[in-house]
Amino acid sequence: MVIEKPWKRWVYFYVPLTVFLIGTLFPFYWMLITAIRPDAELYRSWRAVNNAPFWTLHPTLEHFRDLFEKTTFPHWLWNTFFIAVVSTGISLFCGLLAGYALARLKFPMAGALGTSIFVTYLVPPTLLFIPLADIIRNFQLGNTPWALILTYPTFLIPFCTWLLMGYFKTIPKELEECARIDGATRFGAMVRIIFPIAVPGILSAGIFAFTLSWNEFIYALVFLSSPERKTVPVGVVSEMIRGDIYFWGQLMAGALLGSIPVALVYSFFVEYYVTGLTGSVKG
Amino acid sequence: MAQVLLKDLNKKYDEVHAVKDVNLHIRDKEFIVLVGPSGCGKSTTLRMVAGLEEITAGEIAIGDRVVNDLPPKDRDIAMVFQNYALYPHMTVYDNMAFGLKMRKFPKPEIQKRVKDAAEILGIQDLLKRKPRQLSGGQRQRVAVGRAIVRHPQVFLFDEPLSNLDAKLRVQMRVELKRLHDRLETTAIYVTHDQVEAMTLGDRVVVMKDGWIQQVGEPLELYGKPTNRFVAGFIGSPSMNFAEVTITEANGALTAESSGFRVLVPPARAGNLKAHKGQRVTLGIRPEDLHIATGADPAGYTFDTVVDVVEPLGSEILLDVKSGSNSLVARVEPTVRVKVHEGIRLGLNPDRLHFFDMTTEKAI
Repeated sequence: MVIEKPWKRWVYFYVPLTVFLIGTLFPFYWMLITAIRPDAELYRSWRAVNNAPFWTLHPTLEHFRDLFEKTTFPHWLWNTFFIAVVSTGISLFCGLLAGYALARLKFPMAGALGTSIFVTYLVPPTLLFIPLADIIRNFQLGNTPWALILTYPTFLIPFCTWLLMGYFKTIPKELEECARIDGATRFGAMVRIIFPIAVPGILSAGIFAFTLSWNEFIYALVFLSSPERKTVPVGVVSEMIRGDIYFWGQLMAGALLGSIPVALVYSFFVEYYVTGLTGSVKG
Repeated sequence: MAQVLLKDLNKKYDEVHAVKDVNLHIRDKEFIVLVGPSGCGKSTTLRMVAGLEEITAGEIAIGDRVVNDLPPKDRDIAMVFQNYALYPHMTVYDNMAFGLKMRKFPKPEIQKRVKDAAEILGIQDLLKRKPRQLSGGQRQRVAVGRAIVRHPQVFLFDEPLSNLDAKLRVQMRVELKRLHDRLETTAIYVTHDQVEAMTLGDRVVVMKDGWIQQVGEPLELYGKPTNRFVAGFIGSPSMNFAEVTITEANGALTAESSGFRVLVPPARAGNLKAHKGQRVTLGIRPEDLHIATGADPAGYTFDTVVDVVEPLGSEILLDVKSGSNSLVARVEPTVRVKVHEGIRLGLNPDRLHFFDMTTEKAI
């Protein structure tokens, strides 16, 4: 390896990296520090002599206690989790079958169908929630978890289908043909050979779908109304801001707890996730 | 063990007619090789036998069963693919056992068969490994092993050696031949490599543009090609072709080209008489050209100029020019000639080939 001059490494590598890291991580640090800062410090005037906005000397868990005791936060967590898991499950199932069909089966209009599925993904939820609200009302699903479980797949299925279709296309089709000659049906070859090989792709589609539904805001805001039915993103914003009063401590505590599951999921599966997106299978 | 019968087999894709009226009777225990340039329909034919492609028209019978509408799994065949197609998430043992498990063989039987196959192929030590931990040659063996454990009626090989390096390819070629002698199972082998075709096949089928050009034993194809394509395709370096005009002088037919004039051997004169005054293609294999000596009969030698000398060790290839014709001659390694040197070449009158210019058929 060529040894560069030290100053070059600093200018082209360390300095930009540091700036990037600070830019990325600072909001999380701010969330954490606000969540454990006592109210007295939080609402102190910015110009006060002893103001120290970037750290605290009196960390407290008071906001977390309030969050669990005075609000329905545990319900929100459970709702979010339940809705995210079920809608991810539905979307993965449909995405697997659709992605496989689009990648492997030759049928008329396959290409057009694939494109149109993708186009539905491009319709912004901020428009789609209007007709969906009508449908939800007609089926009397408003204010139930099913309102979200059934609407999230409108963007999750196209997403999963496309990601998995791309992944299936990287798997040599001879593997499947060989399995079919070896004695498996097409379905058998799909389940026994293709799906196990596609695990990285399936996992990354699942993680993505889970994260998207976990963080989803607009449908959750529109379709759910009672406080204990809400999801974390909506609950935190609607219940922690009363009128024009911001309960910053609890708000940030809720946001922090809400982002931990997603962070955990990502860190556990990060390797699969990367191979899933870059996709490479060798026969 | 079974014969395979292809009857008026056709395959049409939307716009491409890939396989045209293929008729072929593959005998029991025969090793037959389909060979041709890419896009000639050989792989498509094989895939139709395997059941991986729909048959547009015609009939395929394996044994005495017509298999047109049978799914691949019910055809009792095994196939080896070019990229090996080993299941990457399974060990070598599981790869080989997969077909037997699918067919619900009892466990001891599976173990026995996998063990036997592994022994034949010398891969007993690899059974617990995953495919990615194997070299190309080892993967190839596993792929073959996976095919032979099933004791199928027919083996199908789709360019199985193409991904191996040259040395390993020669080695595996010999092993495949030995394996076939031992197992005595009907085999259909697809390749674009005419050397593989010649060395492996009991009979070779040469295909081009979806048509069968010629079916025959390797030496028959080499010695008596039915048309110009087969003549040029089989053999390396390939046959020399020169446009000649057939003329008659003093009662003897001669073939005259821009740079040379040779006699038509009397044995061939009968067929060529009808082409008197016409242009035909003359074909000479490189080994049928030699440096002329006094022993050469008159009328079968001509002057050339050496263009390139390719010493291969066991032989020397001389690229020579004669008028507008470029020819390759395969000569003894002791011959010493220089570039641009004029030499006189003699040809073997018994081994000349003549082809019609329009139909390209042998005359």
